[in-house]
Amino acid sequence: MTKKTFRPDVDAPEWKGGHGPYDIVKEGIIAVVVVSILTVLFSVAFGSPDDPSLTVKAWSTSNPMDFAATALSELNNTSGTAQYGAPYNKASSGQKLGPVALAKWVGARIPINTVNDFVVKPLKSLPGQPVLSTDLSQWTGASASTRTNWVNNYTHAANNMKIVSGQLVVTATNAGPVPVMMADLLQMARTGALDQALVTQNGFYAMDYTLPLLFLGDGTYMANIAQKQHLTGDRWGMMNETGNYPGQAWLWLYTFWYQVAPFNSSGNADVLVWGLMMLLSVVLLLVPFIPGLRSIPRWSRIYRLIWREHYRDIP
Amino acid sequence: MSTTEIDRQWTTRLRRRVAGKLPPEKLLPDTQPTYVSSWIYVFGVTTMAALGVVIVSGCLLALRGPLWWHTSSVGHFVNSLHLWSVEIFFFAMVIHLWGKYFMAAWRGGRALTWMTGVVTFLTSIATAFTGYVSQSNFDSQWISTQAKDGINSTGAGAFWNVLNTGQMLMWHIILLPLAAVVLTVLHVLLVRIKGVVPPFDKNTEVAQ
Repeated sequence: MTKKTFRPDVDAPEWKGGHGPYDIVKEGIIAVVVVSILTVLFSVAFGSPDDPSLTVKAWSTSNPMDFAATALSELNNTSGTAQYGAPYNKASSGQKLGPVALAKWVGARIPINTVNDFVVKPLKSLPGQPVLSTDLSQWTGASASTRTNWVNNYTHAANNMKIVSGQLVVTATNAGPVPVMMADLLQMARTGALDQALVTQNGFYAMDYTLPLLFLGDGTYMANIAQKQHLTGDRWGMMNETGNYPGQAWLWLYTFWYQVAPFNSSGNADVLVWGLMMLLSVVLLLVPFIPGLRSIPRWSRIYRLIWREHYRDIP
Repeated sequence: MSTTEIDRQWTTRLRRRVAGKLPPEKLLPDTQPTYVSSWIYVFGVTTMAALGVVIVSGCLLALRGPLWWHTSSVGHFVNSLHLWSVEIFFFAMVIHLWGKYFMAAWRGGRALTWMTGVVTFLTSIATAFTGYVSQSNFDSQWISTQAKDGINSTGAGAFWNVLNTGQMLMWHIILLPLAAVVLTVLHVLLVRIKGVVPPFDKNTEVAQ
């Protein structure tokens, strides 16, 4: 018989002690009953949150200036989505993990053209609008440089943007069809038609809300509501939910990193935090094989608290 | 048909292998070593019980479709059951995980048991996350628009689009729960095969 060194953090001693009765079926059923009762009690006592979803209609009605400014940022390519980079477009290289821009490397696989997807295509879906139809034809037939001039002239004039009797008023010169397009987009949004147009671009059935969510996210409307509900990133971000509910408390470590340096001031915070969490997840997975980390349980002696009956008679 | 021929059948070999690794008295034990006596053992079975309640309440929610719970008080209550069973599930699971860490429960050839538990934990986080972004309310709008930046920054957002509610819902109700349940079954079978890890003792050598 050969002997090998007993590694206390890897090997387990052979149990030579006694055995006691153990009813695994009874234990399981009791656990299900207790958990079910607790679940019902919590549900009755606290319920669950269900704040209604925001709509472009509500946004453009309650804050038409913000909607119009956001729509203009989609048209002049200055919005968050327009400047995002992959996976939506190639406007920026995106965040980098060291020298590697992972998202850029994967590419723009969910292509979004904010001008067409948020403005032109929805407007084209409106029936019975002869003036708009003419203006859209003018837009479509114009060269890229002409469109840019129109949009630039409108953007310059939009510093004095006003809402008068629910209508968007911008006194712009040499802006081509842009004033009509922007004014009609606001009216379209206020009827609720834009909500539908943004999700039905690929057909009758709609389950992909990428476009309206990005549009909403580009404005300040959703962020302001989230701010009032204490849901923003500086308040532990996406682990929270509305009301006084625990939310995804298990994401605490993920959201924790966003609160501390260097992540809280880094332009690459998202990819750095994700990279760190991936690394920590791998470390957790491989704890049994990592010297030092796998010895902490033995050094800490917390196991004596867990198995205190077993150790009661052992000095 | 000869006995040798039967012995060589794949079915016969598989049955013998399973029966050898996991005889009925190991699969459904009626005794345990005396050291299996601590409050910490409650949290493993509690996690599994909560998983059962999560699945049942999720199936009830599925009966009338994803929007039902917004317009029905009964549906809203079922949603509450789903939410709170998830909270209990994670509470129990995290304590179970820390308990197993401080017991060094990977000892004695149980590393795979530990690893399946960790993967189940990570899979459960993804499952819960897809649920949060599939709620079709303000919470799902906010959480998904916040989460997209992190996932997009890794490149994964090109394939796993958190703003695509249909994709997230499918992952939440089919793919990830299936993975979580399969992993849980595997984890529990490994526990039954290897048994519960014994406490540390003073021996420094083991016979080979």
